[in-house]
Amino acid sequence: MFKWFGKVNYTPYTKVNDFARYLKDGHLMGSRCKSCGATSFPPRADCDSCMSGDFEFIEVSGKGKLHTFTKIVAAPTGFEDVAPYIVGVVDLQEGGKALAWFGDSIAEAEIEIGMDVQIVPRIIEELEDIKVYYSLEQPGTTWSKV
Amino acid sequence: MTRVGIVGVGHGVFGRRSDATVQELAFEAFRSALEDAGIDRDAVDASVVGSVPEYHKQRSLAGVIQEYLGLVPKPTWLTEVACASGSAAMRTAWMSIKAGVHDIVAVIGCQKMTELSTPEILALMGRVGEVQWESGFGTTFPGYYAMFAKRHMHEFGTTREQLLDVAVKNHHYGAMNPFALFRKEITKEKATASEDVATPFQVYDCCANADGAACIVLAGEGRAREISEVPIWLDGMACATASMSVLRRPSLVGLPSAERAAAEAYAMAGVGPADVKVADVHDCFTIAEIMAYEDLGFCKKGEGGPFVADRQTYVGGKVAVNVDGGLKAKGHPIGATGTSMTYEIVKQLRGEAGERQVPDADVGLTHNVGGIGQYCFVQVLKRD
Ligand SMILES: [Zn+2]
Repeated sequence: MFKWFGKVNYTPYTKVNDFARYLKDGHLMGSRCKSCGATSFPPRADCDSCMSGDFEFIEVSGKGKLHTFTKIVAAPTGFEDVAPYIVGVVDLQEGGKALAWFGDSIAEAEIEIGMDVQIVPRIIEELEDIKVYYSLEQPGTTWSKV
Repeated sequence: MTRVGIVGVGHGVFGRRSDATVQELAFEAFRSALEDAGIDRDAVDASVVGSVPEYHKQRSLAGVIQEYLGLVPKPTWLTEVACASGSAAMRTAWMSIKAGVHDIVAVIGCQKMTELSTPEILALMGRVGEVQWESGFGTTFPGYYAMFAKRHMHEFGTTREQLLDVAVKNHHYGAMNPFALFRKEITKEKATASEDVATPFQVYDCCANADGAACIVLAGEGRAREISEVPIWLDGMACATASMSVLRRPSLVGLPSAERAAAEAYAMAGVGPADVKVADVHDCFTIAEIMAYEDLGFCKKGEGGPFVADRQTYVGGKVAVNVDGGLKAKGHPIGATGTSMTYEIVKQLRGEAGERQVPDADVGLTHNVGGIGQYCFVQVLKRD
């Protein structure tokens, strides 16, 4: 059910489909290779180190530091209704990077590179279809199903 | 293996070309390249088309161009690596001559971007990044480079003013280029009054879509010396990649593909960055030109901002960069950009660049980036 992931989804099917199901239940998952133990976020089914296709999901904290960000004013199709929006890239504590929108717990004026943030699962409420994503929040912000 | 020389170059006007189809644009550039080379089209053994298919209604463009140019039944093929498609076409043409398969090859970079409707453009704009993990958050092309800019400013103290120095310089030279889309000087005041696109970028930090074509005729060393009094030698021709996803890149203050391609191209040509007198680099956004100075070794990492502020990339500085106006002022018909860069460097090395001529230009370089750096091609060109 990867089609749940993202406000607009371009990849409905993937070997890491269950990422979206976990996210809907409030769990942020990376992957671990069962052969060599290499981990990845975002998760990948095929190991980048040893090329094995045998992997398992592992939960990650989502905690990290803001690497960079921008406020996108000129938005593409499907994002006109939410523009402008602020996108950030985070260096995750457990390794890897994530890209996400800033959520409500951080005011625009407070945003600065290097700040501590946490990736928190979210569900887009208004839509009939399930839409899940994650947002950048103050560390310790808890996920709650709404 | 033979050395490869450039014997003819042709360039059409970039801009909103409501007067022509893409094959008609290609024809303009091809005809002027043949005239420049002083050869008949029968002498051409094959053509390579550099273009990005999703902008055209015509599918499989190489065939229709081959027909319109009158090159049927000779071989043709299309290369696509986003905004570096023209340089990829150059590379495969160069390879085919090196391999002894062809002796004279015409490379046509061409693109018609203005036929798409605004909704079609906006839909394409939403898929420039890695679509599985990034595009679902509404990332855009300027958005990615804006994040590179923010990080560069954070790590090195690069300023908003220095970003705009790039735009001001490139519009200054674009005003002198008859092929450029924008032929007007701009001021920083005008640039900072323009609309926000993705912070810190405003309209004048970004290149514009355009229609256009540029053609380069390549030949093996023997034929090149017969055809041309001043063949320009394509002695360095390197390509490297970086991860498409920014999440898989260790650093966002430069393009690892550009650093790697530059090192390889310099080694192939037996020159270093200090030897380069004139360069065309991929300034799709203002920060992209600053990162290019650093990735190509024209200055140290982090010093690109002061480098342009000190006018080191104007004619008369350490290395003249984008003195044809760059993507910024010429416009960016994506498939044509790579061959347009090569066109400019050939004219400079021949001493035919008119009021924009860089004195004593004997070594030149092109740096053509695809997408947000997942591809980079670097060419080193030399005059005897
Ligand atoms: Zn493994």
